[in-house]
Parts: sequence; C-alpha cells; structure tokens
Amino acid sequence: MQREYTSIAEIAGPIMIVEGVSGAKYDELVEIELAGGEIRRGRVLEVDRDKAVIQLFEAAQGLNLRQSRVRFLGKVMELGVSEDLLGRVFDGAGRPIDGGPPIIPEKKLPISGEPLNPYSRDYPNEFIQTGISGIDGLNTLVLGQKLPIFSGAGLPHNQIAAQIARQAKVLGEAEEFSVVFGAMGITFEEANFFITDLRKTGALERAVMFINLADDPVIERITTPRLVLTCAEYLAFERDMHVLVILTDMTNYAEALREVSAARKEVPGRRGYPGYMYTDLSTIYERAGRIKGKKGSITQMPILTMPQDDKTHPIPDLTGYITEGQLFLSRELHRKGIYPPFDVLPCLSRLKDKGIGPGKTREDHAGVLNQLYAAYARGVDVREMAAILGEAALSKIDRVYMRFADEFERRFIQQGEYEDRTIMETLTIGWELLSMLPRGELKRVRDEFIEKYLPKSVRE
Amino acid sequence: MAIGRIVKVAGPLVVAEGLTDAKMYDVVRVGKERLVGEVIVLDGDLASIQVYEETGGLGPGDPVEGTGEPLSVELGPGLIGSIYDGIQRPLEAIQQRWGAYIRRGVEAAALSRTTKWRFTPTAKKGDAVSEGDIIGAVQETTLVVHKIMVPPGISGTLEEIRAGEFTVEETIAIVRGAQGKRHELKLRQRWPVRKARPYREKLPSEELLTTGQRIVDTLFPIAKGGTACVPGPFGSGKTVIQHQLAKWADADIIVFVGCGERGNEMTDVLMEFPELEDPKTGEPLMKRTVLIANTSNMPVAAREASVYTGITIAEYFRDMGYSVALMADSTSRWAEAMREISGRLEEMPGEEGYPAYLGSRIADFYARAGRVVCLGKPERQASLSAIGAVSPPGGDLSEPVTQNTLRLVKVFWGLDDKLAYRRHFPAINWLMSYSLYSEDLAPYFEQRVGPEWNELRREFMKLLQIEAELEEIVRLVGVEALSPSDRLKLEVARSIREDYLMQSAFDDVDTYTSLKKQFKMMQLIKAFYEMGQRALEQGIDIHQIIELPVRERIAKAKFIPESEFDARWQEILNEITQSFEQVMAKAGGAYAERVH
Repeated sequence: MQREYTSIAEIAGPIMIVEGVSGAKYDELVEIELAGGEIRRGRVLEVDRDKAVIQLFEAAQGLNLRQSRVRFLGKVMELGVSEDLLGRVFDGAGRPIDGGPPIIPEKKLPISGEPLNPYSRDYPNEFIQTGISGIDGLNTLVLGQKLPIFSGAGLPHNQIAAQIARQAKVLGEAEEFSVVFGAMGITFEEANFFITDLRKTGALERAVMFINLADDPVIERITTPRLVLTCAEYLAFERDMHVLVILTDMTNYAEALREVSAARKEVPGRRGYPGYMYTDLSTIYERAGRIKGKKGSITQMPILTMPQDDKTHPIPDLTGYITEGQLFLSRELHRKGIYPPFDVLPCLSRLKDKGIGPGKTREDHAGVLNQLYAAYARGVDVREMAAILGEAALSKIDRVYMRFADEFERRFIQQGEYEDRTIMETLTIGWELLSMLPRGELKRVRDEFIEKYLPKSVRE
Repeated sequence: MAIGRIVKVAGPLVVAEGLTDAKMYDVVRVGKERLVGEVIVLDGDLASIQVYEETGGLGPGDPVEGTGEPLSVELGPGLIGSIYDGIQRPLEAIQQRWGAYIRRGVEAAALSRTTKWRFTPTAKKGDAVSEGDIIGAVQETTLVVHKIMVPPGISGTLEEIRAGEFTVEETIAIVRGAQGKRHELKLRQRWPVRKARPYREKLPSEELLTTGQRIVDTLFPIAKGGTACVPGPFGSGKTVIQHQLAKWADADIIVFVGCGERGNEMTDVLMEFPELEDPKTGEPLMKRTVLIANTSNMPVAAREASVYTGITIAEYFRDMGYSVALMADSTSRWAEAMREISGRLEEMPGEEGYPAYLGSRIADFYARAGRVVCLGKPERQASLSAIGAVSPPGGDLSEPVTQNTLRLVKVFWGLDDKLAYRRHFPAINWLMSYSLYSEDLAPYFEQRVGPEWNELRREFMKLLQIEAELEEIVRLVGVEALSPSDRLKLEVARSIREDYLMQSAFDDVDTYTSLKKQFKMMQLIKAFYEMGQRALEQGIDIHQIIELPVRERIAKAKFIPESEFDARWQEILNEITQSFEQVMAKAGGAYAERVH
C-alpha cells in the first residue's frame, strides 16, 4: 500500500512535518516528489497521531509546501548489494558517480543494520601488519578492531590512512584487504587523493567508495557511514572478505547530527550535540568485528579532526569511549618533520595484548613495547625538565633518557610514506633503542628475552 | 487486560491511550511483534512507555497490551554461566535460534525449561517454613550450590517436599499457608527488578574483599558488602580493572553488567572466563559468574534496565548466604540512558540535561549493596559488594554522574590518564583515591596477614605523599639539589610505584598477588629503605645505594610465582642485607684508612 500526501505543513532545515497522515510508521522511508518530478528521500523521525516528523536525507532546496508529494514506502532505507560494488565510486547517498552503470543488486539490506549479539562475536585477536612501526610495534591493530585516528586540521591523517590501506596484511594470508571508504564532507582534493592513491596501487579494484564532498548536502552525511557499513558487512560476512573500513571525517558526521537535533528543538547535551550522540555513534562504530563461524572481518579506522586539537571535545571524547583505542597525531612532531607524527603517549590499542606474542608476532613483543613506552615517557618528562632547568641540571641517567626520546622519535616513529616495515624489523629497531639504556633499567622485559634479543655488543 | 492503541512514537518512547488499568512500571507488549515495554508515566488516559527494543515500524493505531506485572527477572538454577541482555533474555539461546544478529521481538525463557536439576531437600514434610528459609539445594556448577529458598511473602507448613530431578517449572514443594492457602514452590521464583529484595538486618563491613590487585588491597581496600566507583577518562583502564576484579575478587558469585559498552569486551569475558582458573578452587571462573550484556548499540531503554536486572540477580545469590560482587561497566551509560528517556518525555532537565532524579536513582542502586543477615533459617550472613565504573565526559570529575556517585560510595579509585600514558597500570592515582574502609579493615589485616601490615601501608602512603612534594622541588632546582636522605625517599617511592603498585593484568604471574605475597613484597622495599637510611647515616654516598644491583631483584619479585615465593623472598632479603654490609664494609675500610 502506497500512501501519498500533499499536506506538508512545515519545512525547516532538514526537518519536514506532514499532517493528516494515517498509518505512518516510525523509521519508515519516505519519498518526496518535487513539482518537476525529482525524487528526494527521508525517514520518519516521530509520529504523533496524524502528524509525521520527517528527516530529509537530501537537501531541502526546491521543496515547497503545496506542490511536493510525500509517499510513505512502508520499509526502511536499503542498499542494494552485490559483488559488482567492488571497484565502484558512489556519492554519499549511494548513487554511482564514476560514470559506470547502476548496480543490479543481488539483494537489498537495510542500512541501519541490527545489533550483533555479543555471544555471536568472535574475539579479535589476529595481528594485522600495517608496516608502520608506531602502530605494529606499540599500538598493534588486530583483525576486527575499531581504531580511530584523532587528528587535527592540517595533519597528515589521510596519508597515514592511505598507507595503512596499501600495506595492511594478515601474516600468512595471501589475500589482501578490501577497502570500503566513506567520506563525509571532505574536500575534492582529499577525495581525489584517496581515489588516485588506490588506483595507482591497483587497490581500487577491491575497494568501494562512498563520497560526500564538502559542497554536497550536509544531511546526506548521516546516511553515508551506514551505506559504507552495510556494504562492508555484506563483503565481510557474506563474501568472506577481510574488509578495512575508513571513515573520514567523523567530525562532519557529528555536525550533521547536531544540525538535525537542533532543527527538532531537542534539549542539547554538551556543546550543543544531542544527548544521544553516544548511542548514535556506537551504532556506527560497533559495526566492526568478527562473527563466530565466518571467515571475513570488518576492521574500522574512522578519522576525526579534533576541533582545536581538544581531546575533551564531545566528538573525540565519545568516540574514545566506544572505539578500542585511538591513535593521536601530534602537531609538534609534525612540525619537527616527523612522519607519521604519532603522539605516542596517549595512543592506545586496547586489543593489542590479544594480537601479539608468540605465534602472532614474537614472544618479546609485549615486554619491548612496555619498556619502550615507559622509557619514552620518562624521556619526554626529562626533556620538559631540561627546558626549565637546563641540561646541566640533569642526572646522568636522565640525560640518557632524553637522548633515548629523541632517537626513538627519529628512528622508531619516523619512517617513509612508502616504507613497509615487517614486525621483525620494528622489533629490531626497538631493541637497538633499548640498548641505549643501562641494563638495570629494563624492568619491563623478562631476563630471558634480554639474553636472547638485546644486541650482543651492548651486553658485554 | 485492556488493549490500548499507540498515538505517538518517538525513538524508544511510545505513548498509548486506552490502557485503562495500567499501573506505573507495568510491563506492556507493544505492537504486533509484542515488543517489551514498561510504563513510565501515566497522564490521564495517556501512558508513556519506554520500549526495550527498536521501535522502527511502529505507528499510531498499533495495539498495546498490558500484562499487569512489573518488569521482573527469573531466579533459579541456570543463571550461573549465562549471558543475558538488559531484560534477561538469554543471548546464547537467541543466537541458536535467530543467528548472529539480535532481531526485534525475539523471546526466549531466561532459564531453560528443559534442563533437569537434581534437587536435594534439606527441610522435611511438616516443617514450619517462612520466607527466606532454605528448603533444599541444587548443585548448579562445581563451584556453586544453588540453595532453594521459600520466596519472600510465603510462610506456612511444608505439606510436601520432593527429591529428584526437576525442571525449573515443576513443583518441588507445597506450603500450606495461614488461611489454608496452598503455595506450590518451584526451583524458580520471580522478582521485580526495581524493588530491592528483603533481608533481616544490615551489618557494618569488617571483612576484606580480596582482589589480588596490590594497589587496591594494600592502599585502597574494599570491604565485602562495600561500594566503590572507578571513574576515569577513556583509555585509563576502567574496563581492565573491572575485569581484573571480576576475575580475582574472592567473592562466591560475580555478576558482571556490561552496560552500554563495547561488544568485543563482553566477548572477551565470555571467551576468557571459561579458560581462567579460580585461584582458590582451580575451577573455571565462569562457573561462578553471571553476565548481563547490553552493549552500546543495543536498545537504549534496556540499558537503563540492565543495571537493575544485574543487581536483582546479585541480591538473589546474596540471600542464599553468599558473598556476591557486582561490577557495572559503566554506570555513566546507564545515567545517559535515563537522560535520553527523560529528554523524550520532555521532562524539565537538571544538571547537564540529566533528569532531576538522577541522584536518587544512583543512591537507590548503591543502597542495595551491603553486608546483611539474610531472611529465613538457617541464620546466615552474606554480602553484596557493588563496584561501578563511571565514564566522565572529557575526564572531568565535576560532572553530575561522578559527583552523585561520590556522595554514596566509600571507595574511590580515581584513574589518571597521565599514568596510563606512561603505561603505569592499574592507573589508579594514589594521591587522589581513597578508601573509607581502611580503618575498619585494620583489625582484619592484623589478624589475617600480619600485625605490621597497617604500619607498612601508612609508611607507603607517606612516602608517596612526600614524593609528590619533592617532585615539585626537583622540577624547580633539579634532583642533585636534594639532600641524600630525600633522594633515598624519592628512590624508594619510585620503587613503590614501579615495583609494587604497577601490576600487569596480562602477565600470568603478576595478574594476581595473594595478601601474603603483597605483605612480603612490601617488606622487601621497607628493608631496602631502612638499610639505606642506616647506610646514609654512616656516610655512604647515595649513588652507591641507588646503584645497588639488588634493586633489580626487588623490582622483579612480582614475577616470582606464589609457590616459589617464600624461598626466593628469603634469598632476596639476604641479598639486600649482604649488599649493604659489603658497601658499608668497603666504606668502613676506606674510612679506617683515611683515619690512619
């Protein structure tokens, strides 16, 4: 049954109110036909007796009260999926923009997805080698994890994401990752960077891109990540692929969410963002993981730019509470010319402990990474102290730590944009750095590993 | 029951008219899929209902049916080892029947209807019984004897009691009440989640809930029946601490509520607990654990209920006479769920948009913890400890959930992201945290561990405090400007931090430290400190003391397994003494030479 109405009472920003409606259902998909025959879409946000509040998925431009027709479709928004999605580029609402033919769907899936039963999840514990020491060595990414990059305007988060997309592999498996890429409100240059980079390395064939540019309708940004994840779920759990999902920039997504909330005159939470933003973000981030009995996996790498580099801002804050760790980028290191400029100390991968160790990376990995962290933290402290007191006031051991911190940034963190280090190479660099410290300082590593891996020249 | 009609749907909130006999907090079935909802506001003919499932597809005109019952849980054999969602639907059964995703409108009994349990009566026919009396038991797992109790509100004469194998729905006993009313008792009973289960009397806390976590047991202990909160910004290790406590706390029963948190974390618990051994019994930890999982992407109203579901189950086991510990991770998500529903109800918001009743709800929750004398015979004491994680936005502890919680709980483990950044775990800040039980528990430590325990604890705290003051000075004038005795204090404090308080959850040995081992580890550090002081008095150079190789052995003492600890401890202690003797002998020789 299709029901059509011309009784639009109000349009304000992304919100439209239709009156005299009967049988409208919450969350139902709505089509709006403009006077010229053009079709826009939206969904029911609230029904109150005969009044339906509708959130538009596309711009409201050109809608008018009298001539537009509203149809209630009796279903939720869906994405047509098939393996033909691979290699294609779509806009933020799922329409092809690469000049290719429309997709003939094998089936249609609702884009909001359903919550995964925690009992059905398989725990992510397989090591992904990204070839980047700052990640593999210190904040190891595992298959099925959601690990965001907390960045700031002007920092090279896109280069890092592209490098990960290029280099990520599961050791011992020949198959490479499929990449599903979602862009919300990024510039043409940024989008083009990803497309060109993926094309250059031949990765575009196993990639799907959904791109909402900065000048595309803001409101589409709410749909884009859900299209991305529906596509990823299909490829991972029905086509057995390892999928890497990159979402950029989540800050633009959250802003679109705020716009809808403000238009509905909801009681705002912190900084005007809606009180349900945590729940809303979790319906995106939680769509990562592995399922028992399925071969594929979804690993998520959302990117967000922190307004004024402030990590207590609601967007990074709520994200950090949902994701399994975070990679911070540092403006200071970036200025020093260090790529990738990981702000090492606050970076964290919550799942690393399950993805490293014997049989996965190497037995000494946990000890090495803890020792590197502790030593670098102390080095950074000393460096601050030296800035106040001068180097002369430092004790001998403090000076060693300061030198360690510098070398650590220069040799361990810094690497080339096309440099693909194996985990063994990363650990070797780690041990070389640890050999700068007196042996008594290596409290975090077991003696047996020191015997086995500490470079010989130092031990005598 | 009257059937109402929906007039409005807004997210998890549904308004219905015509539910004429609905009471507050009654459960209703919403729509054709019969989704579970709860009446939270009554206004004239209108009832506002929070729905525990996704409300997509509901619209005005859809039916709403009252059940006349409040939201309740099923209590009986089969709870242990289960994982439930926020309204006690068994996630394992849901997966078996409906696959990996949780569809709407799924229904499954919380306790298996087919499993037979061997019931052994302890009461006999003709006994006078009243509420709370234990009339028999079921060996639920190798770790848990599930006591079968007369449900609250029932008393009379036991007219019949049967031994044998029963499902939870079969009658095991019949009680003839005062007016001749006949009550059929089953292995299972029901209880409304928002109402605390009754007990006879509350008692003060005087026994330690041993956790095996050094900073907790030594510096900020929690008593059995106590309350604690763990606030901290993201990445500071709240969840790891909660997991560690769930693993190692010496409670008989653990109820772990994953409230609005990550799905993978619940999976972690599910996969790890069956593998881990209880340090006391050697049995898998899962055999004493009940899990409630309402992850962040599951419906928000059920998140609000999950905390109540968890604590009701915990109370039920407490009533059997057990010491129960409940972990809720995170109570902030629970409060946010309240805020979301309150916002949809268009209630007048209190601080930061939270409802004005936030404080009283949090108080009601923590008030359900405590050490009690249970109802019924035989007389028994039991405890329910509640530990809640709090996730303050931006790590700002002045926010309403943290502040309301701090007014109620007696232990505060404040997590510090600066400690986490330097990989000092558990990242409990020793200057900020407190435990109001330390004094109450002093006699316990004295009797169970050793008379010097409390002295050592105070000494450690003092050194850490002095360290913080000295650090200030060092930051201004450098470490070389300190007196040798202050430098020694600084070094010993560092040893306390790094060698004692820091504890790896991921190291097989370090993850759990018995009280005895904690005590002895403290003694090692103390011995070093005392001998260092004496050496300084003899004019020994501080650098010689700092560079003594035996310090590395003190540092690594935590990695010595419990079974070898006593012997190795003695070795280290001897080595400390010898090291100092050597240093002093050498210096003494040099001194003697100089004099001559």
